[in-house]
Amino acid sequence: MDLNALANSTGEWLRASGPESDIVMSSRIRLARNLAEFPFISRATDQDRNEIERQLRERILQIQSSGQLQYINVSELEGIDRQFLVERQLISREHAESHGARGVAIDGREQISLMINEEDHLRIQCMHSGLDLAAAWEQINQIDDLIEERVTYAFHPRLGYLTACPTNVGTGVRVSVMLHLPALVITKQIEKVFRSLQKISLAVRGLYGEGSQAMGDFYQISNQITLGRTELDLVQQVGDVVPVLIDYERRAREFLVREKHETLHDQVSRAYGILRTAQTISSEETMHLLSRVRMGVNLGLIPDLAIPDLNELFIHTQPAHLQKLRGVELDTEDRNIERARYLRSHLNKPDGHGAEHN
Amino acid sequence: MKCQKCDKPATFHITELEKGKHQQELHLCEEHARLYLTQTEPEPGSQPTLAGALAQQLAVGQTAEELEKLDKKACPVCGITFFEFRNQGRLGCPHDYIFFEKELEPLIANIHGETAHVGKRPHRYAGGTAHKTELIRMRREMKEAISEENYERASRLRDEIRRVEEQTQQSPPE
Ligand SMILES: [Zn+2]
Ligand SMILES: [Zn+2]
Repeated sequence: MDLNALANSTGEWLRASGPESDIVMSSRIRLARNLAEFPFISRATDQDRNEIERQLRERILQIQSSGQLQYINVSELEGIDRQFLVERQLISREHAESHGARGVAIDGREQISLMINEEDHLRIQCMHSGLDLAAAWEQINQIDDLIEERVTYAFHPRLGYLTACPTNVGTGVRVSVMLHLPALVITKQIEKVFRSLQKISLAVRGLYGEGSQAMGDFYQISNQITLGRTELDLVQQVGDVVPVLIDYERRAREFLVREKHETLHDQVSRAYGILRTAQTISSEETMHLLSRVRMGVNLGLIPDLAIPDLNELFIHTQPAHLQKLRGVELDTEDRNIERARYLRSHLNKPDGHGAEHN
Repeated sequence: MKCQKCDKPATFHITELEKGKHQQELHLCEEHARLYLTQTEPEPGSQPTLAGALAQQLAVGQTAEELEKLDKKACPVCGITFFEFRNQGRLGCPHDYIFFEKELEPLIANIHGETAHVGKRPHRYAGGTAHKTELIRMRREMKEAISEENYERASRLRDEIRRVEEQTQQSPPE
């Protein structure tokens, strides 16, 4: 697969075509699976890893009916290309930073990714735009069935699918929804929301950037429990809570529009202004400002920008993407200059529109 | 008992048993237990995990000798010791769920609140195919035999592995 071509395109899940995509960025489901005849990764020898990689790669590439899956040998990639796949959410940070034989199969629409030799032998992931967990589940379930016809998964009649970490045993399912919740952050209600979610055993995580701080007001809600409930129950549990969060966020936005209109409009306009004029800008500041602008667009405060363009800017201004798009390696300082240049060129189009569509 | 960091009930009782460190007991709520784990300096090549922390709980109420004995318990298939699992929070092979069943059961119940899977099942699975896990053991033993330069044993194991591999490949889906 040509990663340079991928850098210029937009993943399906960024197109903001799914339901509630003003607030819900993406719906993602992943399954953890292991082959019965090999040790888990922590005890696997290099030879085991090679053999697991070979077998799974072959079986996965057999299932594609129309040649839509492409395989990337992650162990052979340069650091920047691995980082690029992480930013694209096609592989995990752990998978990028790990060592030994490993790879990922990706479909052209970037909805499906199959990671080989991550924490488990196989991790299947399906990602859709907006709140669309049912579609993601249907797709991932089908892929799992097709692979399962060709391999013997480690499975226990009582405990279910056996995983390297007991936190994933049973269904091996992680259902997550990424939400953009800037108004709950501004109105300082986000902590309260977290506490209530933890009570119903859902996990909340910030979207992490280069540092360790949650950035851009993006939060990921996912199930913690994987055993004792069916996959559909788990999908539903996460799915049920999302409309409630969307409602909270909308109410917080309405409150801001009603009670703090000038402050809000000012914040949004200043954020937009900085992004259009800055000469050097960090990835943290970019995320923060893009988040404000994104909310502003949703509230009709900025008429000439579209959400998909903004979603794309979130991804394209991250370190590895910038370098891939520019075609050169850049240090932090040069990246900040390049990021500002990229933002100016995409937010100051003569026709008043944002980023070009691909 | 209350969490040491907040007013919530402490559901996690963690005993730090690291060598050279003063033995320390921590009583934390789930949220702070997580926070504590992600803050502790990870061992090189391993990350602290919820499962690992929960396994630390087993230490509470056990004597030093009992714990030492438990820690030495090693899976006959992959060779992982309970100590290694406690440290890394990652198991070594599918057989560990059977071999360490007694130790894992309370952890699994603690994490999930349940101990029985009710979801999807593969059409064929390793339940009736113990020889699948046997492959893990034989491959490990072959590697050991080679490193001990016991080539006679290694070649016997290799033939055995081939035989089992062929068998498993031929067996149709159940
Ligand atoms: Zn606490
Ligand atoms: Zn084992």
